[in-house]
Amino acid sequence: MTEPRPAKLALEDGTVVAGYAVGAPGETTGELCFNTSMSGYQEILTDPSYAGQVMLMTYPHIGNYGAFEAATEADRPHVAGLVVRQLSVDPSNHDMEETLDAYLARHGLVGISGVDTRRLVRHIRQRGVMNCVISSQDLDDASLVAKAKAVPSMAGLELASGVGVAEAYDFSEAGERRVAVYDYGVKRHILQSLSALGAAVRVFPAGMPFADVLAWEPDGVFFSNGPGDPRAMPGAIGTAREAIQSGLPLFGICLGHQLLALAEGLEVYKMKVGHRGANHPVLNLTTGRVEISTQNHGFAVREDGLAGVAEVEHRNLNDDTVEGLRYLRFPGFSVQYHPEACPGPHDSRYLFDQFFEMMDAAPAERHRQPAREGVSQPVDA
Amino acid sequence: MPKRTDIETILLIGSGPIVIGQACEFDYSGTQAARALRAEGYRVVLVNSNPATIMTDPMMADAVYLQELTPASIKEIVAKERPDAVLPTMGGQTALNLADTLHQQGYWEREGIDVIGVDIDAIHITEDRQAFRDLMESIGLDQARSRVAKSLLEAKEIAQELADGQGFRPVVLRPSFTMGGAGGGIIWKADDFDRMVSRGLELSPVHEVLVEECLFGWKEFELELLRDANDNVVIVCSIENLDPMGVHTGDSVTVAPQQTLTDPQYQGMRDAAIRAMRSIGTFAGGCNIQFAVDPKTGRLVVIEINPRVSRSSALASKATGYPIAKVAARLAVGYTLDELPNEITGTSACFEPALDYVVTKIPRWNFDKFEGVDEALTTQMKAVGEVMAIGRTFTESIQKAFQSLEQGFAGLGADRELPDRQLVRDRLATPYWDRLLHIRNAFRLGASVAEIHDVTKVDPWFLHQVQDLVALERETEGTPLAELGRERLLTLKQHGFSDVQVGWLTESEPDAVREVRQSLGLAPTFRVVDTCAGEFEAQTPYFYSTYDQGENESVRSDRDKVLILGSGPNRIGQGIEFDYSCVHGVLAAQEMGYEAVLINCNPETVSTDFDVADKLYFEPVFWERVQDVIDLEGPAGVMVQLGGQTALKLARNLLAAGVPLFGTPFENMDLAEDRGKFSAVLEELDIPFPPYGMARSVEEAVEVAESIGYPILVRPSYVLGGQGMRIAINKDEVADYVANVLQLFPDNEVLLDLFLENAIEVDVDCLSDGDEVWIAGVMQHIEPAGVHSGDSTAVIPPFSLADETVETIKETVRRIATRLGVVGLMNTQLAVQTKDGEDHVYVIEANPRASRTVPFVAKATGVPIARIGAKLMLGAKLESFRQSGALESSLVGFAVKEPVFSWDKFPEVTKELGPEMKSTGEAIAFVDDITDDHISKPYEMRNLYLSR
Repeated sequence: MTEPRPAKLALEDGTVVAGYAVGAPGETTGELCFNTSMSGYQEILTDPSYAGQVMLMTYPHIGNYGAFEAATEADRPHVAGLVVRQLSVDPSNHDMEETLDAYLARHGLVGISGVDTRRLVRHIRQRGVMNCVISSQDLDDASLVAKAKAVPSMAGLELASGVGVAEAYDFSEAGERRVAVYDYGVKRHILQSLSALGAAVRVFPAGMPFADVLAWEPDGVFFSNGPGDPRAMPGAIGTAREAIQSGLPLFGICLGHQLLALAEGLEVYKMKVGHRGANHPVLNLTTGRVEISTQNHGFAVREDGLAGVAEVEHRNLNDDTVEGLRYLRFPGFSVQYHPEACPGPHDSRYLFDQFFEMMDAAPAERHRQPAREGVSQPVDA
Repeated sequence: MPKRTDIETILLIGSGPIVIGQACEFDYSGTQAARALRAEGYRVVLVNSNPATIMTDPMMADAVYLQELTPASIKEIVAKERPDAVLPTMGGQTALNLADTLHQQGYWEREGIDVIGVDIDAIHITEDRQAFRDLMESIGLDQARSRVAKSLLEAKEIAQELADGQGFRPVVLRPSFTMGGAGGGIIWKADDFDRMVSRGLELSPVHEVLVEECLFGWKEFELELLRDANDNVVIVCSIENLDPMGVHTGDSVTVAPQQTLTDPQYQGMRDAAIRAMRSIGTFAGGCNIQFAVDPKTGRLVVIEINPRVSRSSALASKATGYPIAKVAARLAVGYTLDELPNEITGTSACFEPALDYVVTKIPRWNFDKFEGVDEALTTQMKAVGEVMAIGRTFTESIQKAFQSLEQGFAGLGADRELPDRQLVRDRLATPYWDRLLHIRNAFRLGASVAEIHDVTKVDPWFLHQVQDLVALERETEGTPLAELGRERLLTLKQHGFSDVQVGWLTESEPDAVREVRQSLGLAPTFRVVDTCAGEFEAQTPYFYSTYDQGENESVRSDRDKVLILGSGPNRIGQGIEFDYSCVHGVLAAQEMGYEAVLINCNPETVSTDFDVADKLYFEPVFWERVQDVIDLEGPAGVMVQLGGQTALKLARNLLAAGVPLFGTPFENMDLAEDRGKFSAVLEELDIPFPPYGMARSVEEAVEVAESIGYPILVRPSYVLGGQGMRIAINKDEVADYVANVLQLFPDNEVLLDLFLENAIEVDVDCLSDGDEVWIAGVMQHIEPAGVHSGDSTAVIPPFSLADETVETIKETVRRIATRLGVVGLMNTQLAVQTKDGEDHVYVIEANPRASRTVPFVAKATGVPIARIGAKLMLGAKLESFRQSGALESSLVGFAVKEPVFSWDKFPEVTKELGPEMKSTGEAIAFVDDITDDHISKPYEMRNLYLSR
């Protein structure tokens, strides 16, 4: 065993804890958030929604089964840093391709282990989320706290454009249906879930004008998950409005859910402590059934001004927050949680089927018309 | 859906006497269910023949029937109580089978009684191997290849098929409809095939066995599920067996949550579990599903489903803080999961607990009780109890689990000399109870993870953890305590090393380690078991200790506290009876205005339910851990009389640490415990006792025996359940037995008593407030003296002793209790020998504590003697109970306590009774006179013993 390298974690409120460096040496900053999933750490680390956040895993042993490609949601980790109680240096699983430590180092991700994670969780639960710094270079408490204080607040921060694709590409080309995906940091398993149901999936950059998306003649449009404050994304909200006007079936997950809600004039707020785990109970008010869901959000839709706009279809059984909306003025629905799971239970996968049913039910001529006109115009001219 | 209003009275069936495979976890589930249903306003009628249970206390149900669990007795109760529904899922396989038998007769339907909590039509599917197999196949779940055989010949054909023409390959044998896997096991050698199959066929009530592809070495997992009438399902807990497939899960070291599955693998298992649960009919309740995973390919195979609350659900409840039985009972009466709250966080009960700690369970065996027993672990359960430990990391929890076992371990190794290499090698080749210890030993001897994995198939992740412990041992060895330093000591403590282990490694006394540790400011912190990994605020008073230093979550209140020491793992001689007394101790302390703080490490018990004590510390009843809790809580005193020998053994430490004891003062307890002092007391009181002597060596023992005469009783002092006790008839036997005792209990003294032949044994439980002694019950044993009292059939009141003799007995007990200054409970064992037509009463021993018979006496007489005894310890007086009528017996006729054995688990052992206790449980029966079968049968058997 190599000698452990010291590292420190400092919070903006002056709390400093010492531990050992894991992953790449160096320094990183971000909002400290935690996730209570007991497995699926690699899916979490690679989820683009976590861009800008330092992830604390509450389960004490992380890295037990190593790292492997199939467990990733993106080509690289997106979290800003990792905090664990104990990193397994000797993982064991037949799927393993490398140790988690090696994976983190390979991607330059800075982490810290050997800290009392539960204490930090209780700390931010009581005082609300806050920014932090992890460093194996600078071990001076005062300097670290100053750095943590200097990290910009997540509220009002637009991060999605930094993690989505720059150019449109086809995730899958064959399929009876065409699903256009607005990528604000979409998870790989969302794309896989859509294509698995028989859709050609084209991924568009966040800034792509809606007309260009329409030109592809999609049967439905999907608004993806992603990081940051949706209120700081006027462009995306505008796109969502256009999509709503198109009358195409729409489906949004997480950030996408918030964007659709904002486009419909609903309000979004930052939560004191977000929901991050794979054990959140969500009640489907239509069916009366409960889904154990994967959640990862620090913002939520406020339950005001819904009349005539949307109905709450899913509700969190822990704190009654809005978890899903069915819209009344256009064919579409959105959920705050993650039906694609990864990590987490598969209880909510039916939502993808619902989206496809919605596309099946939509009168094809009506929504395809403008696109056809657009395409045919040059010929007529 | 809200609860059902079309039912008023619910019949709850218990699990009967404790046997291996079905123990006090069903007292826990039954108690939770009864409480939950009553809280919902239902009338609960409860039936169980096991008197040593909290569930059969009058406070637990509206009507309690202490009756045997037979169709006839159920019908009798139904005729009287007219229940609207029956809940058979809380009483193990016994209750389920009983409900099924009556269902087959069409009884429930005829009587208009709803069977709730289970789909009774589906019970057969889960127990009938072939039907289960077909069902799993139909829902697309993979299984081990297997077929059912109804004859030896058929079994042979199947074995040939499974071997794919490769000669003989090991197969698993599973007889249908047997409890705890009785008669099952792996057939390793072709030579054993005929014998084992024949026996399996014989044990199966339907004469049928399953011959199965051997998954030995695969990883084994369990999931605990809850499902409501709306078909919502939650997985409360995942459990990974450290011992791979081949060892019964009840005999395996298990860890929660699962450690080595990726999320896709785990979610695949979760999906499979939900599908499997939905396939076994429509019902609302709990269910346990076992899986095996091929470590090489990840192939997932379903092993079995238990459509009821199980031993693992008790463990899962304690491991997560999620009250499975309570919720399952509410689901059975119509609630849906989303309507029920999580009592710990105030959020919904419909969630899956997130753990931020590691839980380890280690079974506890009693092979020492059974001479000639096959100690190898197989698919048939052999453990009699278990311990659970919680730590922030696996290493912390596994060490705490070893400290909990009370087998003299201070942790996983590092507390004694290393055994010989060959022994380690031999013990590792086959799974034995001490496998983990030998894995640690093998690392000490230089073996590699690959080598140990090759032999044991234990997942390398766990092996690396043990290797880490050994690496720490090595780094520490040779460093003087004073030079250890804060960081190294903290690292050791965070890996669960006890002060005793650190002392061993640094060649210093445990007390010195404690001193140094405290001088460095190192103490454990206490954390809440909150079901949510800290995500929500939790109100539950359920704690564990860790050496993570961040924050102590257990806040000491300003109330006066009573600390009650629990009885640790169940074992023969110290079982559920002591947990019964501990629960009453808690209630007594609360009723007397104290805050009741309890320490225990047995997950099967009622005492470790998070809402029994005001504060529960799920910790080893191990001196260092007890002391840590005392340091934090500063109790006004400690109750040591309730938790059996476990608690009593710590009395000396408590005294030395200046911690007050409630009840009988230590010096007086010592007067009874120390044989020499006790004999002096008896002499002083002029009370006869059999001649005795003490010895510390074989030679000395033989000398003593020769002077006392034969037959002579040989036993170690300070043990419970007659461990190591033998009757010798000549000096060779004395030498033999004493050598054996000294090997088992080095540094112990050996007691030698003249054995009183043809004597009648009598057990007396009494209460004393220090001024007055009150006799709670005089029990006459039917078996002659020489058969351990725990294995004897005991009758209240005595049925063949002269009134004057009974009076002499009572007076003798009163005088002893008075002389010993007993405050609380005392049990006395006496023998009555008739010589020349005259009865002579001899005192054999006195135990100034709650005894095994306390619950029996309480149930027989209707007097809550455990609770009253505990209150006396806290200063109450007998007179007040007498005035309120609490001391009046309700007994009409006779109450009989019948011992129950688990012989079927040890076919190789001779079914012989003697001074060493072997029974695992007991049943109570109320009879009108001594011609009743319950008394007359063992009475006739008595001559059998006497003739030997």
